[in-house]
Amino acid sequence: MSEADLLYTEIEEELRASVRALLADRCPAESVLARVETDEVADLELAKELAGLGATGLPVPEELGGAGASWREASVVAEELGRAAAPVPFLGGAVLSAAALLEAGGAGGEVLSGIADGTSIAALAVPLGTPPGAGYPSAVRAEGGLLTGAVPGVVDALAADVLLVPAAGPDGPALYRVEAADAARTAVVSLDLTRPLADLALDGAPGTLLASGADAERALRTALSTGAALLAAEQLGVAEWALSTTVDYLKTRTQFGRPVGSFQALKHRLADLWVSVSQARAVVRAAASTAGTGGAEAELNASLAQAFVSGVAVKAAEEAVQLHGGIGFTWEHPAHLYLKRAKSDAIALGTADRHRLALAALVDLAPA
Amino acid sequence: MTTVTDGAALDAAELRRRVAGFVAEHDPAATPQQEFLAARFDAGLAWVHFPEGAGGLGAPRSLQPVVDEEFERLGAAPTGREGLVIGLGMAAPTILAFGTPEQRERFLKPLYTGEEVWCQLFSEPGAGSDLAALGTRAVPDGDSWVVNGQKVWTSLAHEARWGILVTRTDPDVPKHKGMTYFICDMHAEGVEVRPLRQITGEAEFNEVYLTDVRIPDAHRLGAAGEGWKVAQTTLMNERVAIGGHADPREGGLIGVVADIWRDRPELRTPGSHDALLRLWVEAEAARLTKERLRQQLAIGQPGPEGSAAKYAFSRLNQEISGLEVELLGQEGLTYDDWTFRRPEGVNFTKRGAGFHYLRSKGNSIEGGTTEILRNIIAERILGLPGEIRVDKDVAWKDLPK
Ligand SMILES: Cc1cc2nc3c(=O)[nH]c(=O)nc-3n(C[C@H](O)[C@H](O)[C@H](O)COP(=O)(O)OP(=O)(O)OC[C@H]3O[C@@H](n4cnc5c(N)ncnc54)[C@H](O)[C@@H]3O)c2cc1C
Repeated sequence: MSEADLLYTEIEEELRASVRALLADRCPAESVLARVETDEVADLELAKELAGLGATGLPVPEELGGAGASWREASVVAEELGRAAAPVPFLGGAVLSAAALLEAGGAGGEVLSGIADGTSIAALAVPLGTPPGAGYPSAVRAEGGLLTGAVPGVVDALAADVLLVPAAGPDGPALYRVEAADAARTAVVSLDLTRPLADLALDGAPGTLLASGADAERALRTALSTGAALLAAEQLGVAEWALSTTVDYLKTRTQFGRPVGSFQALKHRLADLWVSVSQARAVVRAAASTAGTGGAEAELNASLAQAFVSGVAVKAAEEAVQLHGGIGFTWEHPAHLYLKRAKSDAIALGTADRHRLALAALVDLAPA
Repeated sequence: MTTVTDGAALDAAELRRRVAGFVAEHDPAATPQQEFLAARFDAGLAWVHFPEGAGGLGAPRSLQPVVDEEFERLGAAPTGREGLVIGLGMAAPTILAFGTPEQRERFLKPLYTGEEVWCQLFSEPGAGSDLAALGTRAVPDGDSWVVNGQKVWTSLAHEARWGILVTRTDPDVPKHKGMTYFICDMHAEGVEVRPLRQITGEAEFNEVYLTDVRIPDAHRLGAAGEGWKVAQTTLMNERVAIGGHADPREGGLIGVVADIWRDRPELRTPGSHDALLRLWVEAEAARLTKERLRQQLAIGQPGPEGSAAKYAFSRLNQEISGLEVELLGQEGLTYDDWTFRRPEGVNFTKRGAGFHYLRSKGNSIEGGTTEILRNIIAERILGLPGEIRVDKDVAWKDLPK
C-alpha cells in the first residue's frame, strides 16, 4: 500500500480559490439566512454558476462534457460548499448521482453531461440516512418498466429534474432513471435548514433501465461510499468555518479586561479542536484519493472518514455556539446553520457508529 | 533538481541509482553496521538535505525518504537505533543550523554512525515547562567556560558521550536573553550521572550533576547569550521526530491491541469492541495526519504542527494501552519485570501491556507537556493572545524561584 498524496495540488488550490470567491460573492451568510425562510431554499442560480466553473463535472469524462479529473478535485469543492453552508444540490447530483452513473456506465451518460454542464440536476432516490452496507433497496418495485413505491427523506429531490431510482425489478436489483415530474415529491421539514429533503412517491412512474443485477448493486454501493468520502470533505469545511470563526471572535471579544481568547481554558479547547480538524483534513484527503476506485481500500477510507470527521464537525459547530455565548444562540448568527448541517451530516449516509461497524468487517475486527 | 554533481541532476532516480551503486560496493551483509554507515555518510547519503561533507548532498529534503526507502528495499536499513534519537533527531539539526565547520566535522559523523550517543541536558529541578528559568551557570574563563549546576530527567545520560546543554551565562538580563548553548563532554571531570528510577521500575533517565566542568569555547553552539534561540531549533525538531518513511497502518500500539483482539476471541466484549474501533479510527486518523505532515515537511522545515502530532500520539498511546491492560483481564493484573535496570532505549512493543500503560504516561510529559503543547498550538498556530506574563521583563536573578 503506497501512501496517497495527502496535500493539495496547485490546480486544486486554484479551484478552491475560484469556488470560494464565487461563494463569498453569491452566498454570504446573510443571504443564506434569508433564503432558508423562503420556499426556494436550493439556490439554482448559484448551482448553475458552479457548473459554469466546471465544479459539478470534475470526475465526469471529457467526452461527456466533464473535466476528466477525479473525486479529489470534487472533494475540494465539497469542502468549500461546507464552509459556506451553501444551499446547492451538489451532494444529491454531482456526488451521489454522478458516482452511481459513472459506475453504471451506458445509458446514464446523458444525465452525467447534464450534471456537468448544469442543465440537469439529479437525485439518488435513497433515504439520506442510508448506512454503508445496507441491502439493496426494495421499497420501490418495477414491473414492465413502471415503478411503484415510496422513498422518504431524499436529498436534493425537490430541485431535481431526474431521479435515479434503485428498485426491485423482475430479475432482482435494478437502477432506473425516472423523470422527476413523474414522481410525487413532498417537502420534509428538515433539521438542516440549508439542505432540503423530500419524500418520494412513485405510482406506476415510467422508468428507463440503467443497470441491473450485480451492476446495479455495484453502482449503488460505489455511490454510497463515494458519497461518504465527499460528505466528509463537506464536514471538514463546516468544521473549518466553525473553528476559524470562533478563533476570530475570541480574539476580539473582551471580558474581564482582556480578550476572552487569552483565557487558557478556552485556548486549550480551541487547540484540541485544531488538532482534530487537521486530522480530519488528512483523513478527508485519503478518502478523496481512493473515492470511486471501487474495492476495499476506497470503502475503508470512506468509512474511516465518516467515522472520524462526523464527530469533529459536530464538536466544532457545538463549540462555535458555546464559545460565542448568547449571540451564538440567536437565529441571526449563522452558527446554527452549521450546527444543523453538522448534526444532519453526522447521520447522513450512516452514523459514525455504523461506519465503525463497516470498518470492523473491513479490517477483520469481528464483534464480540 | 537543484544541485548538480558528477554531471547528473540530483533527482529521485539519480539518488536511487547512487544508493544501488553504494550498496553494490558495500555489501551490507558483510560490512559491520558502523563501517557501513560511515561510508554512507561519506557518500552524502546519510541525510541528503545536509550539505556536502556533512553527510549530505545539498539535495531537497523531500528526497531523503527516497534514499531511506531504497536502502530499506535493498536490505540495508540500519537497525538498533532507538538509543540515538536525541543525537539524530535533535543534536544533528541543531549542529547543522548553528555549528561551526569544525563542529560539524567533529560531531556529525560519529553521531550518525551510532559510535557516539547523545543526551539532552535541558531540564532542571526548577525549570521544566519553563525551560528559560534554568539556572545552571556557565562562567567564561580564558578560552573555556566553567559550568556548575544540576540537570534532571536526562534520558540516556549514562550511555552518552556528549550532551546538548543550555546554561545561564547572564543572570542580570531577562531570562530568555542570558542563556548560552554548549556541547558538553559527558566524560569530562565534574560530570556525575545518577540513575533515577521511574514508574516502570527501570531507569531510562538520570540526574546529572555538573561541578566545575570545563567546556572549551570551541564547544559553544551559537553566540553567547543566544542559547534560547538555539534551544528552539532543538525543541522544534524534538517534537517532530518524524521518520524517513510512512508508518504502516496498525504500525503502532493499536496493531498490538488489534492482534490481541483477533487472536483471542475469549477476551471480547461489546464494550471493548466499541472502544477498540473508536481508537482504531483515531489511530488511523493520527497516522494519516503524521503522513500528511511528513509530506509537508519534505518541502519545508518543521513548524509548530509537529507539536500537534506529538500531542495526538501521546494521548492515543495512553488510551490504547489503557484498553490493552483491561482487555487482558486477569493477565492485566500482572507485570513483566520491575527490575531496576538501565535500558539502552525504549523498545515499546517488546514489553508487556503494563509497561505500555505506564511508559506511555511519560509521553505527555517528555518533550513538552500536553498543556504546553496546547499553549503552543493556541498561540503560534491559531494566533490567540498570550498569557499575561509576569516574568518577561524581569532580570533572571530577581524572579521568584
Ligand atoms: C520519560 C521522560 C524523559 C525525559 N527526558 C528528558 C531529557 O532527556 N532531557 C531533558 O532535558 N528533559 C527530559 N525530560 C523532562 C521533561 O522535558 C520535563 O519533565 C517537562 O518539560 C515538564 O517539566 P516539569 O517536570 O518540571 O513539570 P512542570 O513544568 O513543573 O509542570 C507541572 C504541571 O504543570 C503544567 N504546567 C506547567 N506550566 C504550565 C502552563 N503555562 N500552563 C498550563 N499548565 C502548565 C504541566 O503541564 C504539568 O502538568 C523527560 C521527562 C520524562 C517524563
